Parts: sequence; C-alpha cells; structure tokens
Amino acid sequence: MKALQIIECAYRGTLEEQDDTIIWLTHSMRDAGADLSLMLCGAAVNYVLHGQDATGLQFGKWDQTRPPDIEGELARLRDKQVEIYVVREDMERRGIAHQSRLEGVHLIERAGIPALMEAHDRVWFW
Amino acid sequence: MSKKPTLAFAIMDPPFESARSTTFFRLIEIAARRGYRVNVFAYEGGVHLSFARQKPHGNGVHGTDQAEENHPLPKHWVENLMQLARENAGEITWVNCGLCADERGIDETVPGVTRGSPADFWKLAAKSDNALVIGTR
Repeated sequence: MKALQIIECAYRGTLEEQDDTIIWLTHSMRDAGADLSLMLCGAAVNYVLHGQDATGLQFGKWDQTRPPDIEGELARLRDKQVEIYVVREDMERRGIAHQSRLEGVHLIERAGIPALMEAHDRVWFW
Repeated sequence: MSKKPTLAFAIMDPPFESARSTTFFRLIEIAARRGYRVNVFAYEGGVHLSFARQKPHGNGVHGTDQAEENHPLPKHWVENLMQLARENAGEITWVNCGLCADERGIDETVPGVTRGSPADFWKLAAKSDNALVIGTR
C-alpha cells in the first residue's frame, strides 16, 4: 500500500511541537516501513524554502533551545526516499516560486494532482 | 506617572494545536515585561495550557533524549510569565473555566491558576482597559 500525505495548514503548532506534526508523523510511519509520499499545498508550500528561522522564543527565564527545523525535517524525509511534491500555483500565488528552496522536491501543476492521487492507494488530507 | 494598563485575554485553544496559543503567550510576555496587570480567562481547550501534569519527552524522530529535546510545556510558560509579571511589579490573574476543566479531567494546575465560570471573564474584562478574545478556528 502506498499513501499520499497532504499538508495544507502550515506552521500549525510548530513552535510548541518543535516540528510540523504531519511531517513528524510521516517520519515515524516511514521509519516503521510505510510507503509514503508527501504533497504540500496552500500555505504549506512555504515549508520548502531555505532560510526559515524559528529561533528566539522566550518566556521569562524559559528559552526554546531546540526550535523547529521544518526544511531540515523535509530534507531528512527526502533522504528516506519519501517523494515530496509542491503545488506550483500555490508557490506562484505567494510570490515564492523562484526563491531558493530545498533540492529534490517536485513542483507539480494543480492539474496534475488527480494523477498523483491515482498513483496512490490511499490519500490522507490532514 | 501614568497608571499602567490592565489587559484581559480569553484563550480557547489547547496547547500543541495551533500558533494561536504561542501568539497568546507572546502577547502576555510583552505585557508582563511592562509590568501590566493581565487577566486571563481560559475557556474550553485553553484549560489544558496550565495543566500541571504535562510531561516532557524525548523524540525518536529527532534523535533526541528528553534533555536534548527540551520539549516546551505551556505550564512552564504560565509559571514563567507569572514570575516575570511579579518581577516587574505586575500581576497575572489566571482563571480556568471550571466546567471546561471538569469535562476534560483537568484537575490539577500550576500554582496561581484558579477555577471559575464565564461570569469571571465578564468581571475580568469589566475591570480591564481592554480585552482580546483569541477564539479557536
């Protein structure tokens, strides 16, 4: 069985969780042998950009010593042979289609999403 | 010297679910640094923010043990912000909705957090210079 994970909602609880929970879930299932792909759409396309920096969170004497590293977590997923797809129109709409981004991710057209879904046995939209 | 303002906040989101709770804490942090009086009414899932039995953990996906992970626990943020407010001659009054806490089993909170009812939000807002509602989505 091959499943497509879809993330649209970006930066949801990422400072408190120290990662994106669905990227984390994908890692965890992949480590257990799951065959998964990941598609980023909507605001989540920002996840592939270089230069994201979530350091500096502080409340009184409490400092966050390990902030989220979403691009790094995506790179690690890619290195685990999880294919990562990013919807081109959603990047263009946000003016970030030409910004420096993670290597090895696939830009797909919105019109190509049905075929991508057809290529998977399960589609999970988080 | 002008009187420092009093601000009220209503928060409805639980921790670990959205950026709203973090943003809420960041706003309170600014107020606490300035020595403002802050009134908080935690409603519905917001009662989880001060739950005393939140526990840290390591993270196998990150390859970290518990100490390295240093997982954020909002109960510590509540405690630190209350301390920060005191250090700056301010105060944070924090009221959890009692029914919301009961239905969720939130029976233990960090010191300084009390339980009350929606009427408390009305009273806290009435004695504040302004009130911000951070609703859930």
